Amino acid sequence: MTRALSRAGAVLRSHLVLAVLGVVVIVAVLTAVGDFRAVQLTQMAYLGIAAGGLTVLTGLNGQISLGHGALMAVGAYTTALLLQDDEPMLPLLGVLVAATLVTLVVGAAIGVAAARLHGPYLAGATLALAVAVPGIALYFGDTLGGEQGLRVRVPDAPDWVLDLAFFVTGQDLTPSKYVAYLGWFTLVVAYVGLANLSRSRVGRRWRAVRDDEVAAEVAGIGLGRARVSAFVVSAAAAGAAGFVMAVSVRLAAPSGFSLTLSLTLLTAVVLGGLGTLTGALAGAALLTFLPDVITDAGVSAGLDDIRAAELAPLLYGLVMVAVILLAPSGLVGSLRTAWHRLGHTTSKGEPS
Amino acid sequence: MQQFVNTVLGGLTLGMVYAAFALALVLIWRSTRIVNFAQAPMAMVTTFIALQIIEAGHSYWLGFAAALLAGLVLGAVVERVLIRPVEGKAEINAVILTLGLFIVIHALAAVIFGNRYRSFPAAFGIRGIEVGDTTIALTGFGIFTIVAVLVVMGLLVLLFRFTDVGLRMRAAAFNQEVARLLGVRVGRMLTLGWALASLVGSLAGLLIAGGSLVHPGYMDSVVVYGFVAAVLGGLDSPGGAVVGGLLLGLSLSLVSGYVGSQLVALAALAILMVVLLLRPQGLFAQGRERRV
Amino acid sequence: MLEVRELSASYGAVRALREVTFTAPTGEVTAVLGANGAGKTTLLRTITGLVKAQSGGATYDGRELTRTAPELMPGLGIAHVPEGRGVITELTVEENLRLGGLGRRRGRVRAEELERVYDLFPALADRRNALAHTLSGGERQMLVLGRALMADPKVLLLDEPSLGLAPRIVAQLFELVQSLVVGHGLTVVLVEQNARSALSIAHRGVVLSLGEVVVDERADVLAGDDQLRHAYLGF
Repeated sequence: MTRALSRAGAVLRSHLVLAVLGVVVIVAVLTAVGDFRAVQLTQMAYLGIAAGGLTVLTGLNGQISLGHGALMAVGAYTTALLLQDDEPMLPLLGVLVAATLVTLVVGAAIGVAAARLHGPYLAGATLALAVAVPGIALYFGDTLGGEQGLRVRVPDAPDWVLDLAFFVTGQDLTPSKYVAYLGWFTLVVAYVGLANLSRSRVGRRWRAVRDDEVAAEVAGIGLGRARVSAFVVSAAAAGAAGFVMAVSVRLAAPSGFSLTLSLTLLTAVVLGGLGTLTGALAGAALLTFLPDVITDAGVSAGLDDIRAAELAPLLYGLVMVAVILLAPSGLVGSLRTAWHRLGHTTSKGEPS
Repeated sequence: MQQFVNTVLGGLTLGMVYAAFALALVLIWRSTRIVNFAQAPMAMVTTFIALQIIEAGHSYWLGFAAALLAGLVLGAVVERVLIRPVEGKAEINAVILTLGLFIVIHALAAVIFGNRYRSFPAAFGIRGIEVGDTTIALTGFGIFTIVAVLVVMGLLVLLFRFTDVGLRMRAAAFNQEVARLLGVRVGRMLTLGWALASLVGSLAGLLIAGGSLVHPGYMDSVVVYGFVAAVLGGLDSPGGAVVGGLLLGLSLSLVSGYVGSQLVALAALAILMVVLLLRPQGLFAQGRERRV
Repeated sequence: MLEVRELSASYGAVRALREVTFTAPTGEVTAVLGANGAGKTTLLRTITGLVKAQSGGATYDGRELTRTAPELMPGLGIAHVPEGRGVITELTVEENLRLGGLGRRRGRVRAEELERVYDLFPALADRRNALAHTLSGGERQMLVLGRALMADPKVLLLDEPSLGLAPRIVAQLFELVQSLVVGHGLTVVLVEQNARSALSIAHRGVVLSLGEVVVDERADVLAGDDQLRHAYLGF
């Protein structure tokens, strides 16, 4: 018992060490880049948070969701509604918590229904969710801003943050960088939480249900409870991601939460290799930075801007198909396998 | 009263298209236990082929026929090249594969045909028919839609019921091993099944497009409605898919007419959830419990 | 003549067949007996190519079977009636039968064959348009036999046809198999747990144990040898 506890403590400690290292890297990177890159990095952060949640759901629990874009919309609209006035009633962190909680509750409701579905049925139902949710914003146009959406007023960074930033980095903190820090700290907290959960008893239950329902049930694991809890955790991550997105884009509008967003998140998870948080983050990085490169290449090859912009999704889709056909454990999973084959050993299949 | 009649007529016309699309999904589900989410962009891309042909000055019917043929070929190629390797593997593989294909075809169409809205012609009038001094919402093209779907369904019934190849296809769908031992080339039958399903999907795409606007995403919601219709009918039953399509078309038309068109997709989601949670085997199955 | 020589196969790491060798002479019933898991079903599945053979093979009149696709079996005159009866329950009785005759080119031949099967099994004729899942166990067994006959086979591989049937029905069934052998000169390989019934119509008995042939003997000798019966057949 104590051994188990101390092992759990060691796991937690190693995650915290990684988190601290992560924070150092984040500060260094955000100090070095300009505002434009900071905005891009914020995008990477919110895609990474949502993809991390989806990775837990799909990779660890075996459920698929095409509706995580819709869950992000819940988080983003909650954020927007709370940040309408110049003097918001909650501090930003409070808004983050509120957006996460609201999405968590919505996710619980969906998760209860989803827990009874599998494979294609679950995919179809969550696809319907992704298509249906933007319509709600249009229907309740008075409250939710209709097609134009809701503007998000991001309060200025508090003085102590500005002072701290100047003290640590020797630079004045621009609003874009403030949001980037917010996004990345949210990501670090979310990932530490997700990593610990997946290494805990809860996470073992999720995996047990994924691997063999019958065996899990015989072992006394409630299938429904395991599925719902995975969905809830995953939804909460999507809600937090929605918060970061709303604060970064300063807008919550239906067009931002199209089916494309949900499919994009799934792409990140598949590219990263179902089941690892590192993979989800790598997937988010690809989704953030690759499009520019590819679009530029397309334009210089003679395509107009709009067409060139479609080259990136084309590539993702192709890679997704190729991954399933050639390397079903995803890119990171395959690299890891190759790494193992070369004789290196690390703990396998666990989110790190 | 007039609004009600028009809503119902519109719902039935749309329902026929959903029925066709649901039928396409059911044909594939029955034989390979895969829900082909890529059916939507596959139908879209064949409709664009028709549009290119029509805009090049050829007749509507040439474009129509070319689109159906393209659908047939596309379905066969997709099954043979992409789907065959994941048949019988964990179902999540096929789900992700069809979604990847969804993204690929979508993006490819946008690169080739552009991302803007383009108007697609209709073969028949799209003005309502006048009865006395009121105009009812049944258009010439609406009648064509209903007739076209009925004809295709009739042909499918003839094929499956009365021909050797139809019998082989059904045997391959229901029990691959027994079919093989009886000399059925199961792989070919699956390819043919995907080809036919894709043709029916293309028909649905052409009918939705007629007299309206098309762009790479115009079929995306239809795949949701087709899926809901197919689940209503039990996902295994072609007849159920047709009835499910009509019911869904009618319900969504009523929601659109009396509540708000923005909530149509939400209504479809609600119908789907109610069916999946209360009667997962579909409305018309004879009580056989099924895991969804 | 169906010849199986040194046939080996495995499921994953488990060796299911070890160099199985025996001969099923034309116009005779060869019973393959043995306990559950002895490899009887795998033997038939390997012969018709549903399971890949590791080494060895099976030939019918000199033609290689094990490395030929299962789809080609009807054309070679081989009818494999799988375990669990293999009725396609979603099709009607007549559709199941038609399926058996699809290899025959001429429509008239098919129609005649269909009538012959209905003559043989009047119970099926009465229910020709019923869905097969409404049939009883005995009727299903008639249906798969009739379906196999539609292709006018030379070899019948029967996998546990008596499974789950009442003793009276089993007796009728085996009587019918015997009459087919006598009437059509069929070669039958009969895989059975029900050794007593199987040996009553068989000419030879082959006993498998853990994937190996442990006895290959004339049926009447096998049935009459108390020691062998007790050791391997449990009756």
